Amino acid sequence: MTSEKVISRKSFSIAIILIGLVIAAVGIVMQVLPHEGLYDLPILLIMIGAIVALFGLRQFFGSKKLGSGISFSGKSVLQFVADKAIILALLVLVVVICFLQPSFMQVRVVFDILTQSSPKLVIALGICFSLIIAGTDLSAGRMVGLSAVIATSMLQTADYGNRFFPDMPQLSIIIPIVAAIFACMLFGLLNGFLVAQFGMHPFIATLAVQTIVYGVCSLYFDMAPNNSQPIGGVRPDFTAIGQTKFFVVPKVFNGVSILIPIAAVICFVIWFILNKTTFGKNVYAIGGNKEAAVVSGVNVYATILFVFIIGSLLYGFGGILEAARTAGATNQYGLGYETDAIAACVVGGVSMTGGVGKISGIITGVLIFTVIQYGLQFVGISPMWQQVIKGIIIAAAVAIDLSKYKKK
Amino acid sequence: MGEYVLEMKEITKLFPGVVALDKVSLNVRPGTVHALMGENGAGKSTLMKCLFGIYQEDGGEIVFDGKPVKVTSSKQALEMGVSMIHQELHPIRFRPVMENIWLGRFPKTLFAVNHKAMYNKTKELFKQVDLDIDPSVLAGTLSASTLQLVEIAKAVSYNSKVIIMDEPTSSLTETEVEHLFAIINRLRSEGRSIIYISHKMEEILKISDEVSIMRDGKNVGTWPAAELTTDLIINRMVGRDLTNRFPEKTTQPSNEVVLKVENYTAASPRSFKNVNFELRRGEILGIGGLVGAQRTELVEALFGLRSVASGVVYKNGTQVKMDNVRKAKRNHLALLTEERRATGVFGILSVLENTVIANQKEYTTAGVVNNHKRYKVAQESCKQLNVKTPNLEVHMENLSGGNQQKVLIARWLLTNPDILILDEPTRGIDVGAKYEIYTIMLDLVARGKSVIMISSEMPELLGMSDRIMVMCEGRVTGFLNDKENFSQVEVMRLATQFGQQQAEVQA
Repeated sequence: MTSEKVISRKSFSIAIILIGLVIAAVGIVMQVLPHEGLYDLPILLIMIGAIVALFGLRQFFGSKKLGSGISFSGKSVLQFVADKAIILALLVLVVVICFLQPSFMQVRVVFDILTQSSPKLVIALGICFSLIIAGTDLSAGRMVGLSAVIATSMLQTADYGNRFFPDMPQLSIIIPIVAAIFACMLFGLLNGFLVAQFGMHPFIATLAVQTIVYGVCSLYFDMAPNNSQPIGGVRPDFTAIGQTKFFVVPKVFNGVSILIPIAAVICFVIWFILNKTTFGKNVYAIGGNKEAAVVSGVNVYATILFVFIIGSLLYGFGGILEAARTAGATNQYGLGYETDAIAACVVGGVSMTGGVGKISGIITGVLIFTVIQYGLQFVGISPMWQQVIKGIIIAAAVAIDLSKYKKK
Repeated sequence: MGEYVLEMKEITKLFPGVVALDKVSLNVRPGTVHALMGENGAGKSTLMKCLFGIYQEDGGEIVFDGKPVKVTSSKQALEMGVSMIHQELHPIRFRPVMENIWLGRFPKTLFAVNHKAMYNKTKELFKQVDLDIDPSVLAGTLSASTLQLVEIAKAVSYNSKVIIMDEPTSSLTETEVEHLFAIINRLRSEGRSIIYISHKMEEILKISDEVSIMRDGKNVGTWPAAELTTDLIINRMVGRDLTNRFPEKTTQPSNEVVLKVENYTAASPRSFKNVNFELRRGEILGIGGLVGAQRTELVEALFGLRSVASGVVYKNGTQVKMDNVRKAKRNHLALLTEERRATGVFGILSVLENTVIANQKEYTTAGVVNNHKRYKVAQESCKQLNVKTPNLEVHMENLSGGNQQKVLIARWLLTNPDILILDEPTRGIDVGAKYEIYTIMLDLVARGKSVIMISSEMPELLGMSDRIMVMCEGRVTGFLNDKENFSQVEVMRLATQFGQQQAEVQA
């Protein structure tokens, strides 16, 4: 047996809180002293310190649930490194980027990354359901496009020259959004029906639906008088959904994009569904052992339908966000989003063989990809190399994740 | 060669937090059948996995054929002269039988697989073991018991000095067991050794030369089979006297009929036909029969898992229609399925989730899952059924077979059933856990519930049932109503009725 040291969770959490406070204090001191060339490092340090201290507080008050002791040994440290390998690698990467390009240490950068992650996160949360039931959903990206096109086509300003529906009155903003999401949900229902009714593999079913969705979207997009023109002149009350910023201080702070709170709310809702409803429990059960779920009396048919419908709802909503953010749409919107979303989920520990996956993992997965993309761009690495690195990350992350489950 | 073909000396194997094997030794003589016995979790499979290169031992030494060896892979074990028949079969269903057998060592000419040679080699092999199967038939089309025999043929094909058989008879009928024993006898006379793992005492005493018994990862000892009796073996396996294999039943069934099945016929033409029976309150109704008697199909149809062509089911006197599991559950039926792994256990989910899955709605408040309540209920019922687990967060796959089974029973008891259907409830489970499951059954009927139990283990069927219904080829061939005078001969006669009739007609 390796030497083991058990520390009570109380003292562990107090140590963590102290570390957090020290980091924050260093930040405050630096903020007071002149700190040219370090950009926003002091403020970031204060934020990091606060997060660490909060984590410590949670440990302190959650000791009942988490167990009263923590054991330290060579093994548990190794275990920790394997568990958090991706995050640790990401931290190393961030530090390296900060040295190469100190201007990376800005609060603006942090919020940029969060903003860029938000729409991707919505798609990834939609796709995670089908992954957890050991399936997949290839139609995600095309549904994003469908929703974007439908919503924007009905939300153009009255004086725009090239309107999709020249004679359409100014609708309440709700109607086009609901119509767009509803259209996606219909196709989600079709996905679920094909899988549940015929036992089709989700890969095939959603591949078929993906193709249909793209076709339908293109037909709609090609209707006269639009004739496949990119949709523009989108109403400002719609673009506000994607472009609004809070807490803007001119020349000092760029503000916080509305996309961040939206994504946060959706994260909470999906976490709630997965962890706190019988539907969520059934999703994990079907992924874990579908036959046993049938025998236990789980309504597998309905659960599979809902899995794909909830997914399509989120893709539809993701399409709305994309259209609002970019104030426009074409039928090419959302191309390839599903592969990015699947990659993010898988890197975040969602298992393709089903039954395993956590919201926190998915958030981490999405953030990792955005940080890499943003960071590599920041230090001027070519997009081609970015692709290579992205691929390596996917393979390495999953390899590390799988090694956790290997028994010997 | 020395006295032994295989010597495993003081093998130790550690798993996180557990000593799975504690200086276990096993010596096998050439040309003998060496039985390895012990309760589930005693370490038999672990020991065999060390020998077969699936695990690496943490201490001790393996001497094979006089030479010390370090087995690091199954491939090495096979090349060295050890082959293994696994308890769970994993055939490649959509490939021919012969490819399943020669996988990894296909006969080749240059770089191409020589299908003709493979076909002939398989044919020859099947002849050796008296199997009449076309080598090119798809593995998925064979029955579980035929596949088991194919697996045995495969082990023979390696020409190994030592063949490990882990529960080889779990899905075999009596005649097939005889067939297996004939093969084993031939192998023995060729000088090969067999390590035979089984829970079935009668088999062990019949076929083995020596018996080694393990308990809690340690050696208990090795004895010539001739010196042993069933009671002695059980005694040494559990380390205490088990005078009674079945607990005492103190209550009598009432006359009130809770379930009545009339003219029940499956949608599938080759399944059960015209089944009629009644189940009374507080009764344990045993269903006996051979593999293929369609007993499992019958109870699965009752539980809404299979479709029915005709027939009526009355629950407490009113006609009910249960064409899916949810309706069956609403009528307070529960079914513990035969295939624990395939249709019962959620391996990667926690014991907690496994316990509460069948009645999750009970733990929700306004649609929100109440984790505290779930945990409390699961903890209580696992404690009640004496489930041995470090905590409820452990993945189900880490529990032993007996404990998994107890969790599954807990799951169904939480649905508050009036009628609990148990399909082979103690298959592959150790003696101690078996006794506990019997106690649970008796406790249920004492509380006015009813139990239907399918069992292929004759002592269990005779010992636990109040009445026995026997099936043969999809039809009910008779009832044994007199509990005091149940006879094994009578059950066997009814279970083989049609086969005999056909044989007589043919003769």
